[in-house]
Amino acid sequence: MKLKKIVSVLLIFVLCIAFVSAGAQKEKVEKPDGPTLKIGVLGVMSGAGASWGLVTKYSTEAIAEMYNREGGFEIDGVKYRIEVITEDTRMDARVSRTAMEKLIHQDKIKYIVGTNIDDTTASAQPVLEAGGGMNVSYGFHKDLFKAPHYNTFLGMPTPYNSAPIIYDYTMKTYGVKTISFVARNDSDSLFDRDEGVEAARNLGLRILSHTETYEPGTTDFYPIITRIVRMNPDQIVLSGVAPGDAPLIIKVARELGFKGVISTETGQDAIILSEIAGNYANGFLSIGSASSPEFASDFMNDYMKIYSRIAGEWNDEAGTKAYALYMILQTLKIAGSKAIDDVEVFKAAVPNVKIQNPFVNRDVSLSYIGSEILGHPRQLGVPLVVNEYRNGSLETIIFETEY
Amino acid sequence: MSQIIINGIMLGMSYSLIALGLTLVFGIMNIVNFAHGQMYMLGGFIIYYVYAQWGLNFFVALLFAALLLGVIGLVFEKAFFRRFLRESRRPESSMLLAIGTAKLLESVALILFGEKHRGVTPFITGVVSFMGAYIPKIKLFIFIMSFILILGLLIFIKKTSFGLALLAIVQDKEVTKLMGVDTNRLSMIGFAIGAALAGISGGLLTLSFPIYAGMGSDISIKSFIMIMIGGAGVVPGAIVGGFILGMLESFGYGFIPGSATYLLIFLLVILLLIFKPLGIMGKPGY
Repeated sequence: MKLKKIVSVLLIFVLCIAFVSAGAQKEKVEKPDGPTLKIGVLGVMSGAGASWGLVTKYSTEAIAEMYNREGGFEIDGVKYRIEVITEDTRMDARVSRTAMEKLIHQDKIKYIVGTNIDDTTASAQPVLEAGGGMNVSYGFHKDLFKAPHYNTFLGMPTPYNSAPIIYDYTMKTYGVKTISFVARNDSDSLFDRDEGVEAARNLGLRILSHTETYEPGTTDFYPIITRIVRMNPDQIVLSGVAPGDAPLIIKVARELGFKGVISTETGQDAIILSEIAGNYANGFLSIGSASSPEFASDFMNDYMKIYSRIAGEWNDEAGTKAYALYMILQTLKIAGSKAIDDVEVFKAAVPNVKIQNPFVNRDVSLSYIGSEILGHPRQLGVPLVVNEYRNGSLETIIFETEY
Repeated sequence: MSQIIINGIMLGMSYSLIALGLTLVFGIMNIVNFAHGQMYMLGGFIIYYVYAQWGLNFFVALLFAALLLGVIGLVFEKAFFRRFLRESRRPESSMLLAIGTAKLLESVALILFGEKHRGVTPFITGVVSFMGAYIPKIKLFIFIMSFILILGLLIFIKKTSFGLALLAIVQDKEVTKLMGVDTNRLSMIGFAIGAALAGISGGLLTLSFPIYAGMGSDISIKSFIMIMIGGAGVVPGAIVGGFILGMLESFGYGFIPGSATYLLIFLLVILLLIFKPLGIMGKPGY
């Protein structure tokens, strides 16, 4: 028995040494030569929301690799190799704050991609701002980006951008006059729903219901969707719906006989729509990235290849998240090398950024937008893409750069 | 109303199957296996890959899920829990160990299977109408399979010597040991059966619901609620708890705002535990 204990302890010790050595070796191989530009990634990378943070991580790493393989990203004649340092927020506001403290004060990082949701962004903001950093967040709440929060940028189109465009499309194309909303019961989704309701009101749509919600983790949507389908709206909006829930809800609605339009203002996954909802999902409208062959440039195709290698497979959401690091780098280039250590110099350059969008195969420019809604240009001008699911794939039906 | 009742019954049957594995482990080892939800998740992924991706027969894939999760259960019991229960003096430490195993499985799943949601196209499509309610055929299949499995387990426990020995361990481990029963071996097999049940329920329910690496915690919490309602460690209690939760969910979502449903459920569970701390069918000594 004593011998067994000794052997077990030794085994564990050897395993630990092996892991540490492997980690050190990996770091030794990957440590770049020359000046390094450190970029932080902060997002939820475990638990129920892991897909959001991991896509952010892989996207950032893919863009970094695209430049590192050319020797680095050039700013004022010097090539900087990009080093990506990631931290998991575990979708916990306290962990997010701690992780931001590590990135800002320990890793000395000024430029951060993430976080993914409102509360983890809000909790980390004081640390970010006090530490003189900037971040690109995928939370949606306007207050995160309005004054006095000058250091947080919105990384993608939001429901208040997309809802008016989608509902206008469905009104003109399908004659939609009445609309119902169902939302996941968390703060981000409820905010999405409220923005959608406001957009619907402004367009003159009659709102039949907007208080239906379901808990995260719900698997049986029959009770909730039965209530909504009974009201017979022309359109059902799934506010803040997760990719795993959307096909279930669509399937239930169609099985209950609903024939109208179903839409969402979040990104979705064609594979899981196909696997669970099948043909029931035909006509489903969602937000996407312009990564379809019709729109993708050579740069986007290259990015998609690298992303797929890093992540194991392509994820359409990655087409949107590619813009964060790309815009940070291009703004640093315009601002000059002083901006690497001084975010104020970066921010001063923001209004002057107007570059060719490299991700799409058409003549489209990329800049910072949002002055009308946020009061200052604190939103990345990522093209607003609306997809329609058709027989296994997502087809782009709306492509907007001015919104 | 008929839709709500039918929904509750269908949901209750699925939940009962999920809860059975957890209550068996609790009864045998007095541990709340917080990795139960993660084992459910792994069962789902096995079906996704073996059946949906590699094209094997669904029942072969389900058997494979049961066997693989059974082996994982065996390893966990022997390598982690048995040693720990022998050495540890504090019962709450076993909870921490169980949570640790849950996190281990979740992290492994994230590495192996990635972060995306996965789904399995059901091999039966369409809807039947019964007493004014719509029932998807695949849910009917899951209902029938769950019923058969629950019945099979009850027969196994009540009518086989092995099952009776397991029941004896649940009732009084020390006395059972004194009767000459190899409780260590039986505990290991009991844990494996509990894990296999989690895997089977995950595999079955993947026909209807998506799976992803992070889903285990929600399943574990629901399973915990079910066994608390029905009586922890009591096999019929798990079935009662599963049906009660299924009905509460169905009626709750049917009649009150969705956000208040689980608030109400938790309040009812608290009230129940105040008046019946061992659950509806729980007995002192379990």
